[in-house]
Amino acid sequence: MRHFSTVPFSGTPEQEAQLRGWLEENKDLPGVVMPALQKAQEIYGYLPIEVQRILADALGKPLAEIYGVATFYSQFSLSPKGKYRISVCLGTACYVKGSGKLYEKLQEKLGIGGGECTPDGKFSLDACRCVGACGLAPVLMINDEVYGRLTVDDLDDILAKYAD
Amino acid sequence: MFRSHVMICGGTGCTSSGSDRVAEAFEAEIVTAGLENEVKVIRTGCFGLCALGPIVVIYPEGTFYSMVKPEDVAEIVSEHLLKGRPVLRLLYNETVAEDNSIKSLDETSFYKKQKRIALRNCGVINPENIEEYIAFDGYAALGKALTEMTPDQVIQTVLDSGLRGRGGGGFPTGRKWQLACADRGKVEKYVCCNADEGDPGAFMDRSVLEGDPHCVIEAMAIAGYAIGADQGYVYVRAEYPIAVNRLSTAIKQAREYGLLGKNIFGTDFSFDIDIKLGAGAFVCGEETALMTSIEGMRGEPRPRPPFPAKKGLFGRPTILNNVETYANIPQIILKGADWFRSMGTEKSPGTKVFALGGKIKHTGLVEVPMGTTLREIVEEIGGGIPGGKKFKAAQTGGPSGGCIPASLIDTPIDYDNLMAIGSMMGSGGLIVMDEDTCMVDIAKFFLEFTVDESCGKCTPCRVGTKRLLELLEKITSGNGTMRDLERIEELAQFIKENSLCGLGQTAPNPVLSTLQYFRDEYLAHIQDKRCPAGVCKALLTYKIDPDKCRGCTLCARACPAGAINGSVRNPHNIDTLKCVKCGACMETCRFGAISKG
Repeated sequence: MRHFSTVPFSGTPEQEAQLRGWLEENKDLPGVVMPALQKAQEIYGYLPIEVQRILADALGKPLAEIYGVATFYSQFSLSPKGKYRISVCLGTACYVKGSGKLYEKLQEKLGIGGGECTPDGKFSLDACRCVGACGLAPVLMINDEVYGRLTVDDLDDILAKYAD
Repeated sequence: MFRSHVMICGGTGCTSSGSDRVAEAFEAEIVTAGLENEVKVIRTGCFGLCALGPIVVIYPEGTFYSMVKPEDVAEIVSEHLLKGRPVLRLLYNETVAEDNSIKSLDETSFYKKQKRIALRNCGVINPENIEEYIAFDGYAALGKALTEMTPDQVIQTVLDSGLRGRGGGGFPTGRKWQLACADRGKVEKYVCCNADEGDPGAFMDRSVLEGDPHCVIEAMAIAGYAIGADQGYVYVRAEYPIAVNRLSTAIKQAREYGLLGKNIFGTDFSFDIDIKLGAGAFVCGEETALMTSIEGMRGEPRPRPPFPAKKGLFGRPTILNNVETYANIPQIILKGADWFRSMGTEKSPGTKVFALGGKIKHTGLVEVPMGTTLREIVEEIGGGIPGGKKFKAAQTGGPSGGCIPASLIDTPIDYDNLMAIGSMMGSGGLIVMDEDTCMVDIAKFFLEFTVDESCGKCTPCRVGTKRLLELLEKITSGNGTMRDLERIEELAQFIKENSLCGLGQTAPNPVLSTLQYFRDEYLAHIQDKRCPAGVCKALLTYKIDPDKCRGCTLCARACPAGAINGSVRNPHNIDTLKCVKCGACMETCRFGAISKG
């Protein structure tokens, strides 16, 4: 995982107000750090250090603790994702059916490695562990859309749908 | 009253194959046909046969349509619902007899040997309607427990049933509850549900939550009554949005009906449940790690003792069971321990849900009595391996489990038998592999997973699994030596004995079991520098058979490395020094002239 983003932070005051409002309401929730990070990621799309500072400040916790939790879980991302987030399932069922080849081919087609984003900010590519659609293996997801029973030959048609 | 019910699978598998659009098409077509007061469309949970999704079942006939597309819907509505003539071409082919009469689902090979307890309501009821659950004996077990049984009797019943944890180790559930039952009413306690199904390739817990969320709520309340807890937490993967939504709806409905909250069934028992979302960490399947994660911290395990039954979530006595375990509880309370013991084997009573995946025809969810053999599951229920390939191994237990070779295919599957042959039940993922799967590569695949998911707290797991992976990479890249095999065995043993939690203690299992049953494949990689399944790239060489090659030049044009030379209409050849082993040539060749080995 990349821990620092090279993209400058572009959060708006509205986003910060929204996050601080949520934090104010929920700060006494037992085990609040994870739901807070989830909320923050929902608002900003990722968790740059600036956002983690807001959390640390509002929850009265050391930044180290926030950073520690944010980097522990694979769902949290410290760098921004593309407009279209591609995740290729590398769970066992998909792997046995060749999802590793899909993942390689996509890296080649998009010219980026796993965990990276294309320079135009359009596509980001990640491997994920099981979306639970093992019956359709191998699968990949683009944002919330699931594509199943794939071969490498299907990839061009799928990417073409996201040409805009 | 409706004369027909159209049940459309709304589980993740079928939703991914487009069942939402099918359901919308049904709703629209039914209105067009003027049947909206006669036919009702219901989105259900998983039917199990995900390979053939989207699945639509029409009652009262029980007609089972498979792979239904939105454009098929008009025909089903006009032929089946209006004229009473099932659309044969869309029926699941096993339900159509030779004379075109329709057989019941229970007669098909996929369903015949199944026995559904945990999945009994999946695909049968609307999971978003509490009344449908209640109509199928829902919350009757909670009522019985609260009004007719003492907490100790509840625990005794679960203990007598012999139910064992369905999430991994198989610890007796009743025993777990017993350990946490001291000081009822004096200290705060918690009931937790592990719905953080981390084993890649297993999705039964997700299906239960999607198809029958109330049974988990009911069981957790029963557990709360048994140990004297008034708060429950469900820790569920954020990657399961449908499950999270249905569970939230179910909790809300249960509160409205007074089945969660204060003074349930007019007794002085109060219980409520909250959802905690996981954020993607396999180690959080371990009980102490899961609890630290609910507390909002890094999900790292801690040493035991103290056991969670004494000191768990927020330092209080806590019990943790997984979704499938809970799904068995209401039926055990209603029908009794003896009924439960009448199924399965002596030491592993009841049924187990398996997620069939990999190289098998009927991928999906199956629930069978414990003691069913692997052969029955793979060949009969699973429909065998597609493409006429040979069964090589079945992997159970995910990254903590092992591979069962073809020679042991007649093993009756239960907790103890799987342990004895070097695998484990785990949560019930069952991935079938055929001759195209390289066992060294699979071992490496699982190790990559554990290296990635190791939380880093203890050295044997953090460093040990990494070194183990490096040894495997050495072998798959053709640089392995016989001494490496010894090193692997030593290191694996060390990691097993010294890791802090279950993740590390079981991480070497995939390596050890493949080494035990497929040693010859390891030897082929090391001594002959060859990958028999043709998977490990570094050991492959691509060849062109000059007798078959027509010199069409397709392969030379497809080769990204310019490694193929030859003139038109003359046999080509591959420069192995330039070849990057991408396989592009083999894919483009129309004459089958290129082989790898």
